[in-house]
Amino acid sequence: MEMVNRPYATAFEAYATQHPEVLCLSADLTSSCEVDGFRDRHPGQFLSLGMAEQNMLSFAGGLGLAGFRPFLHSFGVFLYRRPYDQLMASIAYPRRNVRLMGFLPGVTTPGGMTHQAIEDISVMRTIPNMTVLEAGDATEVESIVAEADTVDGPVYCRILRGAVPRLFTSPLKIGQMRVLSEGTDVLVVTSGITTEEAIRARGALARAGVSVRHLHLNTLKPFDAAQIVDHAASVRHGVVTLENHLITGGIGSMVAEALAEAGLARRLIRLGLQDTYAHGGSRPYLMTYYGMDALALVRAVECLTGQATGIDHDALDAVRIDAVHSLVKAEAL
Amino acid sequence: MRNEKTTEEVAHSIRARVFEHTIRNNGGYLSQACSAAEQLAFLYNEALNLGPSTMPMVPPPFSGVPSAGNAGYVTGAGYNGPFDAVHDRLFIAPAHYALVAYACLIEVGRMAPEGLEMFNKDGSSVEMIGAEHSPGMEVHNGTLGIGLSTAAGLAWGRKRLGHTGRVCVFMSDGEVQEGQTWEAVQAAAHHGIDNLWAIMDVNRQQCDGAMDDVMTVGDIATKFRDFGAVVAECDAHDLKAMRAAAATPHPGRPLIVLAHSRPTQGMESLMSRFPRLHYVRFKSEEERARMNTEIAAELGIAPVVLEAH
Ligand SMILES: Cc1ncc(C[n+]2csc(CCOP(=O)(O)OP(=O)(O)O)c2C)c(N)n1
Repeated sequence: MEMVNRPYATAFEAYATQHPEVLCLSADLTSSCEVDGFRDRHPGQFLSLGMAEQNMLSFAGGLGLAGFRPFLHSFGVFLYRRPYDQLMASIAYPRRNVRLMGFLPGVTTPGGMTHQAIEDISVMRTIPNMTVLEAGDATEVESIVAEADTVDGPVYCRILRGAVPRLFTSPLKIGQMRVLSEGTDVLVVTSGITTEEAIRARGALARAGVSVRHLHLNTLKPFDAAQIVDHAASVRHGVVTLENHLITGGIGSMVAEALAEAGLARRLIRLGLQDTYAHGGSRPYLMTYYGMDALALVRAVECLTGQATGIDHDALDAVRIDAVHSLVKAEAL
Repeated sequence: MRNEKTTEEVAHSIRARVFEHTIRNNGGYLSQACSAAEQLAFLYNEALNLGPSTMPMVPPPFSGVPSAGNAGYVTGAGYNGPFDAVHDRLFIAPAHYALVAYACLIEVGRMAPEGLEMFNKDGSSVEMIGAEHSPGMEVHNGTLGIGLSTAAGLAWGRKRLGHTGRVCVFMSDGEVQEGQTWEAVQAAAHHGIDNLWAIMDVNRQQCDGAMDDVMTVGDIATKFRDFGAVVAECDAHDLKAMRAAAATPHPGRPLIVLAHSRPTQGMESLMSRFPRLHYVRFKSEEERARMNTEIAAELGIAPVVLEAH
């Protein structure tokens, strides 16, 4: 699998330098969000706002009022938990063109509860006027910058950093989900890092004779309910959602709402954090511990089909382990 | 509970232990050991009235987050002694200082050295960003700027309950950029919460580098005074001065001790990385080897023996 180093850093610099109304804002996590090079090379387009996120969000609202399109860089959690009120009043309500770049979504950080954005999708998608995107590979990270900036109104993006696998060749297009396989037994819906996880399971499932239809979502709001319903209608046994997030309010909930509103009766298994906080640890450990990995997906598929596949850990494609201290990773958290 | 070692010895051993850990792991919050070693040593070894640890010397594995179904849940506060009316309570507000705080727990005999080997290991409670289940922690503070508020509430409550034990917060200077810090001081002063005190590691550094380049904070002593605190200042590496500062009377107000520190104290070789000190990771094996030799010499200890790989 091709690994791309720091795709966000490259894409952001290439895009922002062509668009002077784009500003780069950071709240003391500049290198952790891969915009340190941009700060050093384009200081006139960079605003350091220190560790003061509430101010940064309302400040960005003001920049929006002045006609700029600020890109805010921080860990996802710090863009909405403390500054939620500022997000609502200064950005979302007046539909400012503010782009919230949320790094380290879900369990991609070992920083524990205070660093893990596990309810961001749920929070963001309930905010009127908000667009919510999530990158699942290097190509999507590269294309999310320009694509987010086409939106008239605020956008929240879940961004991957460091060495990111390339799974797709075509850029992220808002509203266009990816159909990764067109099976007829079970529908699997993933986004972000869980897509790679589901791909790990697909080979083994195919060998076990299970025909999987796999959808990758990059646009979480607006949500294409009609397409989800069509895909769900074309499988025999039901739907599994696998998300790097709580199962409430995220992709599992969106799919459930879509099926219910269409009156389509299909069983649904939602995988992800089950009404619990996570704790600090490596991504593969956390995904296994909280039942968000390829094996958990296989077990959910078996539950829907009613048939054991015999797939065990060894039958799955190998887990890709990030080096703890790889040079492409941000130095600190 | 008092330790047999002097506070100077504890501070030195904290630096040595965090240094060794950082070299072995090729990364760590090393400069925080330089700036804060005396402060944490002072708190644990002499300033705080803490009872003996109620927790095992070797930290138990992670045993779940708080939930109705997790009846056995405990925080890591037991490492600081029992909860009772007379003993003090301590919050480590900048939770990324956990490595330094764990090293301190070891040096004052509250945790076994094996505890540090579990640092940031999957399934361990000895987390990189101190969680409330991590040794010596009582609340989650990884989201910076919330520690002082929680401590003020706890202190108010303890006063109401008639406790004589005080509440202390170890803070970092980056926290003054968060508005909540000022709201906390304001409330503590308004309510006369004088069983609350804080010691702040004023190292003038934050993630992005020197605070003056990232977000100027100005004269924080004057600002804290204006918000109603009693402020005492000291050189963070002069324990006599720290003792005097911590002894400043503060009737009817919280006390904030500003400990002016150097982010490379005791490890001057780290200056070659300035201003990138927030998290030390060596760029190459050569740099790692050089730092190993140079810093060990500065600390007066043997370089860490690294297994070949
Ligand atoms: C609310 C919040 N915003 C951002 C961060 C990320 N962060 C962790 S440490 C830090 C820098 C803080 O500087 P300081 O606390 O003075 O620590 P030092 O660099 O001196 O260790 C930041 C921005 C955080 N933990 N919490």
